[in-house]
Amino acid sequence: MNTVSKIIAAAALASTLVSAPAFAQRDPAYQAARAAGQVGEKMDGYLGIVGGGGASLQAVVSDVNIKRRALYSQRAQAASPPVTLEEYALTAGCIAIAKTEPGEKYQAPDGSWQTRTSAPPMRDSRCPALQQKNAQ
Amino acid sequence: MISPELTRARGLATIPGMTVGRRMVRWARALPVAALGVTMLTGCISVTAPDKPIVIELNVNIRQEVIYRLAADAENTVEANKDIF
Repeated sequence: MNTVSKIIAAAALASTLVSAPAFAQRDPAYQAARAAGQVGEKMDGYLGIVGGGGASLQAVVSDVNIKRRALYSQRAQAASPPVTLEEYALTAGCIAIAKTEPGEKYQAPDGSWQTRTSAPPMRDSRCPALQQKNAQ
Repeated sequence: MISPELTRARGLATIPGMTVGRRMVRWARALPVAALGVTMLTGCISVTAPDKPIVIELNVNIRQEVIYRLAADAENTVEANKDIF
């Protein structure tokens, strides 16, 4: 049972990674929760629930986070020299926070939830500079 | 037992007490100088205090170096997996 379900999960994950890299869309429930500010980008690179969330919201968030974790782990090992899962996740968190759109929630360095405005987000001092993206 | 010893001790203490008194005045004049020296010493100690924050900053720089190295790769990962970011 376990190995079969693992194979199915791995195949499902592989198919999403391979088949839909360029024009992948967020799950409608995830997109709606983001826009409503029910979920936000945490500093550690994972999605967090802002305030209280129901069981369905919890399921959406943990589904996204499991996929993110698998991705972080894979990329962290592929880096040369390899880095820790946490280091890669933190870097991805910096970028995910930088990419939030106005109205969406993100976690500030003090741990509080902030609503993204048109101004640059408050990020960890270790995060790479935002100008880097525009310069390239 | 106690009372005879007390009277003898008192009689002796008055004589050296007078002569030592003048020496004590000289010592008292030297006290502010000594106090100044002590305050200068404490001043020197406070200079060494910022040792701790420097150590923490080094730690931050090491992590930052890793983050900068990963930035481009993480950017690509986020862009390529828009369904979960």
